[in-house]
Amino acid sequence: MSLKRNILDLRKRKEKAQLGGGEKAIQKQVAMGKLTARERIKSIVDEDSFCEYDLFVEHQGREFGMDKKVLQGDGVVIGTGTIYGEPICIYAQDFTVAGGSLGLMHARKITKIMDHALKLRVPLIGINDSGGARIQEGVDSLAGYGEIFFRNTLASGVIPQLSVILGPCAGGAVYSPALTDFVFVVDKISKMFITGPEVIKTVLGEEISMEELGGAKVHSEINGNAHFFANDEQECFEQIKKLITFIPWNNDKKAKAFPAKPPKPEYKIENIVPADPTQPYDIRDCIRAIADDSDFFEVQKDFAGNIVIGFGRINGETIGFVANQPLVLAGVLDCDSSDKAARFIRYCDSFNIPILTLEDMPGYLPGADQEHAGVIRHGAKVLYAYSEATVPKITVIIRKAYGGGYIAMNSRHLRADFMYAWPTAEIAVMGPQGAANIIFRKEIAEAEDPEAMRAEKVIEYREKFANPYVAASKGYVDSVIEPEETRKILVHSFEISKNKSTSMPKKKHGIPPF
Amino acid sequence: MSTEEYSELVVHDTTYKTTLTKNYANRKQWEPENLNHVLVYLPGTIVELFVKEGQKVEEGEVLLILEAMKMKNKIAAPKAGKVKKINVELGQSVSKNYLMIELED
Repeated sequence: MSLKRNILDLRKRKEKAQLGGGEKAIQKQVAMGKLTARERIKSIVDEDSFCEYDLFVEHQGREFGMDKKVLQGDGVVIGTGTIYGEPICIYAQDFTVAGGSLGLMHARKITKIMDHALKLRVPLIGINDSGGARIQEGVDSLAGYGEIFFRNTLASGVIPQLSVILGPCAGGAVYSPALTDFVFVVDKISKMFITGPEVIKTVLGEEISMEELGGAKVHSEINGNAHFFANDEQECFEQIKKLITFIPWNNDKKAKAFPAKPPKPEYKIENIVPADPTQPYDIRDCIRAIADDSDFFEVQKDFAGNIVIGFGRINGETIGFVANQPLVLAGVLDCDSSDKAARFIRYCDSFNIPILTLEDMPGYLPGADQEHAGVIRHGAKVLYAYSEATVPKITVIIRKAYGGGYIAMNSRHLRADFMYAWPTAEIAVMGPQGAANIIFRKEIAEAEDPEAMRAEKVIEYREKFANPYVAASKGYVDSVIEPEETRKILVHSFEISKNKSTSMPKKKHGIPPF
Repeated sequence: MSTEEYSELVVHDTTYKTTLTKNYANRKQWEPENLNHVLVYLPGTIVELFVKEGQKVEEGEVLLILEAMKMKNKIAAPKAGKVKKINVELGQSVSKNYLMIELED
């Protein structure tokens, strides 16, 4: 054979393999509003940067007639590429090949690219679109899942891991995304659940559609399994690329710095917050009034809205924002918002991203449902995450900082580097109404006009205690600042914290209240 | 949003104007446990029934067998008392939280 014929033969083989499950299966995929595996990868990485490996891998199934079946690439595409010129590892399950089902070689391909990502210290992006375990391969497919989960865990906190759910992801398969840092879902395309609607119907008699059980909205709004919701695949890819600009490539690096930009003039911080602590406002406007170019990339936007988390930049450097949201549930901490905040704080700490906390909250949410759902255990996660974090940690108390919430939201006592408070800050064990009702119970009960007495005592308490000056007099708050000064002071504070060095006692790992 | 669209949330005697989340709006209200009510905890089928209305039962006495998740589950009386009403019959499929038997002192 001449060299030319060899090359032509290779080209033919490649072309065939890259067709995956064939024209018909591709048509079906497209009809569902989905791109093919290779199209998806190419939409995420820089143009012409994708290098595919293991194109010619064949499956190992020998039972149930599988030995006669050809599954191109064994239903998954793996490779490397770049995003904005920086290297990444990526895999995409190919639904057109045996429904993207996971057999031994399929899993080996995924674990190969995971090993590369960890060794090369570059982010890993996994695109999930699979019917689940390849039942014909039995325990081999279970082994495959296990080896993926194990690697997800090893890589956790070392390299960023992004999971993109672009099709079904059911049964054991869901645990790989669940172990990764960020999960992206697309409306009407993503479906994640442990047991599907049919089993639920047979066993429990409950009738529920796939969408209602584990659609993109469920994971974005109800259970918080997903971090980013998109209306179509293209929007999802844009979100991935945007997130990538905010995070470092591995835990030894810092996120890339960008040229500093002032916030947009329409966000005037002094006009956002009502002085009355019972009135709502959107804390995201405060974040936009602080962040460079007013650019705030929110994480888990539709879940536990009482806390807002996300990335922005201050003076060109990535900052993780954690902020109570008075617009939703008055900004209380509860089980869900505690989980949401704690995990994000740990993410930032793992990847050298300084944290800015904006505080305005009346405490933990009261209620039997919260206590029974374990608000003690969940709430403790916030204390744990803040205490453990060694990245620069700065807090600005905007209005309310009551009780356990004051302690939990990155207080001085949990080793905050800088504590600032606006003059509107109320730092106290509880709000003036509650405190006055307890402290002056007798005076109020015995007064001729109890309501007038109560109102008087509330004012008295607020003036004496519910202000930033008591905490400032003890050094718990470093400085009481005017709203307009906030960004300038934060720019300075983060700047001087750049070489912060602090350590934790030597340990294998802590035991957080998972 | 104008102020009329906000909901109220009370935390430590203070009423805050805010919005509520879907999860908060759908939360379960706590109800004290009623030991006189024997409810279905897993959907299934009644395969045996051991008591009659008006019969006296001891605490822990098996009232019926509920087959669910391929298991035959003994359903015992949560307290001693008298069977006031039986709302199921043999072979009946029951859904979660269905009131199977009512007891009285």
